[in-house]
Amino acid sequence: MEWIQQLINGISLGSIYALIALGYTMVYGIIKLINFAHGDVFMVGSFIGFYSITVFHLGFFPALIISMAACALFGVIIERIAYKRLRNATRIAALITAIGVSLLIEYGVIYIRGAQPEAYPDVFSNRSFAFLGAQISMQSILILSVSVVLMILLQFIVHKTKTGKAMRAVSHDTEAAKLMGINVDNTISATFAIGSALAGAAGVIFGVYYTKIDPLMGVIPGVKAFVAAVLGGIGIIPGAMVGGLVLGVVETVVSALGFSLWRDAAAFIILILILIFRPSGIFGKNTREKV
Amino acid sequence: MKKSKFASLFLSSSLLIGILAGCGSAGETGTSSEGGDTIKIGANLELSGGVASYGTSEADAIDLAVEEINAAGGIDGKKIELIKVDNKSDAAEATNAAIKLTSQDKVTAIIGAATSGNSVAQVQIATDTKTPMISPSGTSTTVTVGEDGKVNPFTFRTAFIDPFQGTVAANFAANELKVKTAAVYADNASDYAKGLAAAFIKDFEAAGGKIVAEESYVAKDTDFRSNLTRIKSSNPEFVFIPGYYEEVGLIVKQARELGITVPLMGADGWDSPTIVDLAGADALNNTFIITAYSSEDPDSKAKEFSDNFKKKYGKEPNSFNALGYDTVYLLKDAIERAKSTDGTKIKEAIEATDQLELVTGLYSVDENHHPIKSAVIIEFVDGSQKFKTKVNP
Repeated sequence: MEWIQQLINGISLGSIYALIALGYTMVYGIIKLINFAHGDVFMVGSFIGFYSITVFHLGFFPALIISMAACALFGVIIERIAYKRLRNATRIAALITAIGVSLLIEYGVIYIRGAQPEAYPDVFSNRSFAFLGAQISMQSILILSVSVVLMILLQFIVHKTKTGKAMRAVSHDTEAAKLMGINVDNTISATFAIGSALAGAAGVIFGVYYTKIDPLMGVIPGVKAFVAAVLGGIGIIPGAMVGGLVLGVVETVVSALGFSLWRDAAAFIILILILIFRPSGIFGKNTREKV
Repeated sequence: MKKSKFASLFLSSSLLIGILAGCGSAGETGTSSEGGDTIKIGANLELSGGVASYGTSEADAIDLAVEEINAAGGIDGKKIELIKVDNKSDAAEATNAAIKLTSQDKVTAIIGAATSGNSVAQVQIATDTKTPMISPSGTSTTVTVGEDGKVNPFTFRTAFIDPFQGTVAANFAANELKVKTAAVYADNASDYAKGLAAAFIKDFEAAGGKIVAEESYVAKDTDFRSNLTRIKSSNPEFVFIPGYYEEVGLIVKQARELGITVPLMGADGWDSPTIVDLAGADALNNTFIITAYSSEDPDSKAKEFSDNFKKKYGKEPNSFNALGYDTVYLLKDAIERAKSTDGTKIKEAIEATDQLELVTGLYSVDENHHPIKSAVIIEFVDGSQKFKTKVNP
């Protein structure tokens, strides 16, 4: 019975990692940039959701949608201001800029509202029911269903819409896509918008599930989601989903075995092992570097 | 990784500055403040950051105490001048604040910090500059006794120490709640929590109880469900959770969600209004905390403080308020008996404090600078704190 409970704990945690990891992987896939500010977009999303619920007295779903929309806009602004002019710069320059943007957002938020944490209000009645001896709260179910719906929606956008087609084309070969008449700048912005919206959604879900939010809350989930993205194969969308879930379950299993203090270590050991033995990730193909 | 490396670099460099600044000002502190017609007292508190709730609570009460003393004519005719510095809930910042207070403001004594870690960060500065420092609520033994077992000569505290809280919790569980098995879930990143857990385990087992599970978490964690699931499967009748409210609020909430309905207990780290927001009033039912003070204490001195505090701030005082308030009076008593603002004389006067009547009970100091005083057990009922019982040392 304990194990069913632990599995549910792990999947709930993993689906939050997965939602954040999707943003990392999409951005990497399209401009080969590890957007370290992504974890902070997640934090901003969480705060927007918080203020929508507490100040404007909105329900969970309106708050979720507002947060996603605001984060999409925020992501595009970050891309336009910070990354666009570095499109042809070295990758290390863009990476360092990303770290700078990340710190700017974290301490900007602290400057505006202070560093004290906030408690997310209870938006759902805190009911839980027994299932095969495990206690499942309504929140876990909701988090899982929202995550699954968002991931299906993402698959639909990427595979069935024109924007999605453009994204795949740019990801495959930017120059050729440009020659085919695809507006590369807009496509990159769209990628940032979608990735950031998912991070915003993850922020609201995180707030509802874990209650406590603060301006530095994005750092650790951001790094964990990065591990998840690498684990699944960075740049590959299903890889991020699977990587997130696997990482969540692994962390929970490590705790469940009584090594809770090794939980974070386990995540980073996975990162190291993956980088040594299978740098392209679970779903990655062993392609040769393009010349 | 980057951050911690940066922080340690920062800490070590600020320590170095501390030593240098300490050397420069050691001789002057006593003389410069003695001549003026005010007594400068520094408050090095957590006014922002993770545990801002403790620091601001103490700052409010310190303001109240200073106002009262100044209105009544000050200490030996000299008014108190309070200099507050925000240490941002950070050890490196606490060191910097102590340097500023001792070298720039040349204060007679320092009140603070609220947590043990931030208090320990100032010990070296206090010793070097011979400035008495009283931590209102730093309950870890390491605040007044160094790693080598020697007493830090200029460091004192108003609150009782960790092992005492663990002992109180163990006795309460075994004798009042009459439970036979208990689990311990402690913050492995804090000396405070580890000290309490060790004392609880020792005394609970001595009272005939059995520890069925021992789990740890690390501060800043947000997911405790897997540990709690393990605790639940060992079926304890009682769970002891020493830690700070930021994590404990989430632990209590997640424990109740997972169906852990047994009594949960913590210490003064739980004492913050934020815990009710984080855990929810329902989840907090059947939980107990140990604290230095309850606003429902029928004692006359406690009642007078509670009334004055309510008049000024419009809310019930908590134990951090009471400890901050008591710290000012403890210092006042010592300065009066020392008849001087010289650091060493004040230190000797504090060491000689015997049965001083304060809001949080009668206060005496033992040879390790630990107070000997009473503790209160409080129960959460629908989100508010109810006085349960009072335990003497």
